[in-house]
Amino acid sequence: MIVAERKPFDEIKELIQGYKKVLVVGCGTCVAVCLTGGEKEVGVLSAELKLVNKTASDPASFGEATVQRQCDFEFLDELKDIVGEYDALLSMACGAGIQFLAERYPEIPVLPAVDTVFIGVNKDVGWYEERCKACGSCALGMTGGICPVTMCAKSLFNGPCGGTNQESCEINKDQPCAWRMIYERLAKQGRLDNIIKICPPNDWRNQKPQTLIQPGYEERKTAVE
Amino acid sequence: MKSGSNLEKILTAGHFAFTGELGPPRGSNIEAIRKKAAPLKGMVDAVNITDNQTAVVRMSSWAASLFAISEGLEPNYQMVCRDRNRLAMQGDILGAYAHGIRNMLCLSGDHQQFGDHPQSKGVFDIDSTQLINMVKTMRDEGTFLNGQEIDEPPKMFIGAAANPFAEPFEWRVYRLAKKVQAGADFVQTQCVFNMEKMREWVKRANDMGLTDKVYILAGVTPMKSLGMARYMKAKVPGMDVPDYIIDRLKGVDKKNQADEGIKIACEQIDEFKEMKGVAGVHLMAIEWEQKVPEIAERAGVLPRPQV
Ligand code: SF4
Ligand code: SF4
Repeated sequence: MIVAERKPFDEIKELIQGYKKVLVVGCGTCVAVCLTGGEKEVGVLSAELKLVNKTASDPASFGEATVQRQCDFEFLDELKDIVGEYDALLSMACGAGIQFLAERYPEIPVLPAVDTVFIGVNKDVGWYEERCKACGSCALGMTGGICPVTMCAKSLFNGPCGGTNQESCEINKDQPCAWRMIYERLAKQGRLDNIIKICPPNDWRNQKPQTLIQPGYEERKTAVE
Repeated sequence: MKSGSNLEKILTAGHFAFTGELGPPRGSNIEAIRKKAAPLKGMVDAVNITDNQTAVVRMSSWAASLFAISEGLEPNYQMVCRDRNRLAMQGDILGAYAHGIRNMLCLSGDHQQFGDHPQSKGVFDIDSTQLINMVKTMRDEGTFLNGQEIDEPPKMFIGAAANPFAEPFEWRVYRLAKKVQAGADFVQTQCVFNMEKMREWVKRANDMGLTDKVYILAGVTPMKSLGMARYMKAKVPGMDVPDYIIDRLKGVDKKNQADEGIKIACEQIDEFKEMKGVAGVHLMAIEWEQKVPEIAERAGVLPRPQV
């Protein structure tokens, strides 16, 4: 899932300054799972905003709405009858969701209430860790299912580097060295051959905006036409 | 000859190589380079010019390498993968070679988090093994990484780094093998303090036949003080400082610690001269360049052979 973190409250206040009617828009998928931008968090943020506005000389008002997925026009359509009442939308979705909301309602300013931080996993309720940087050329088959791009601080494809600190990465005692983990997992599986060969330079497909069109889409489109 | 560098000639002639290190200044101060270069002249076969060492901004390594040449030293031009992508690297290699640089050391680089610009974006487009292979391809195939032909390929003597101590120890010699396969002509190791582990690593490299294919230069750093030894043990990534080194420094009077540090370094160099599979020593006298002549003298590596 995509993991996001709520922005500091002061930054949010700064972003919405000058707007009188603001709709806080949540997303019911990834950001809800990571407890940042779901229905509950929308309620918390708008309550906090209402509270500070109570004492303001020229208070703003806040509405709340949460859609199933902000990265999908079908769900964003549900907002079409209410967005007109607001002069700004404060989105709590990931960066993709925020942009799609802005794309669906281009006449209204859309502002981010969260920082999108990574693609990660749910280690426990409230504990999320990054696992993938969407490099576009997945190497997990070679590395025993441990991402060299994300989990190694230097994105090495032929690690480990010389900085490995016992079990840990040189950047932090609490961060295990990815290449030590890769080595150990492959050794256990009898697959060290994978990393005895030199891995050639990566094809960084994530250096420009990517589009994916599935074969089924083309067929469907042709059928319709 | 692959590059015709002095270092290559020394090693291929079978001499025990002795290299030094020079960190460029944190500014455009040429005088600072000259001051560091002067004591190294005639003492070493080549001098490593570090590349934004410890992720702290310094004069670029190729520029400082050119000053080293004009000061009468042969540079070993260091390049890290942290600060440039494959385009910038290849461009710099062409320029460096055109200006007379003949040795290169290919490194991953310390992570930017601990440097002086911790918010920077690390590049890490290719890694050190891939960089080695790229420099070799440029030299031997005469092509860029993309296969396109180079108008006058750069002929570098290619160096790699190795850490014989870090975990997983079992894998370290295979990583060396990968760098050799990628095209490393010589290897400079991390500073050696743990001699047992070093002997074991070199033995494994011998057993795998790697030392027939690559020249290994053992990294030696003289401890200036007990404080430095403690700092290196606790704070420097990838460093293995055994307690007996600490104890030896502790055992002498504070004013004699520097001398004891040099004594330990010289004993190591003596052992390396005899160690099968070790072709030389890389002396990293960190911010202690003025001591290099004394160390070289006491280690019995002078005069440097003319080749
Ligand atoms: S190799 Fe690339 S695609 Fe695969 S997990 Fe890592 S970043 Fe993601
Ligand atoms: S210590 Fe391990 S995880 Fe950290 S940068 Fe080096 S190889 Fe990568």
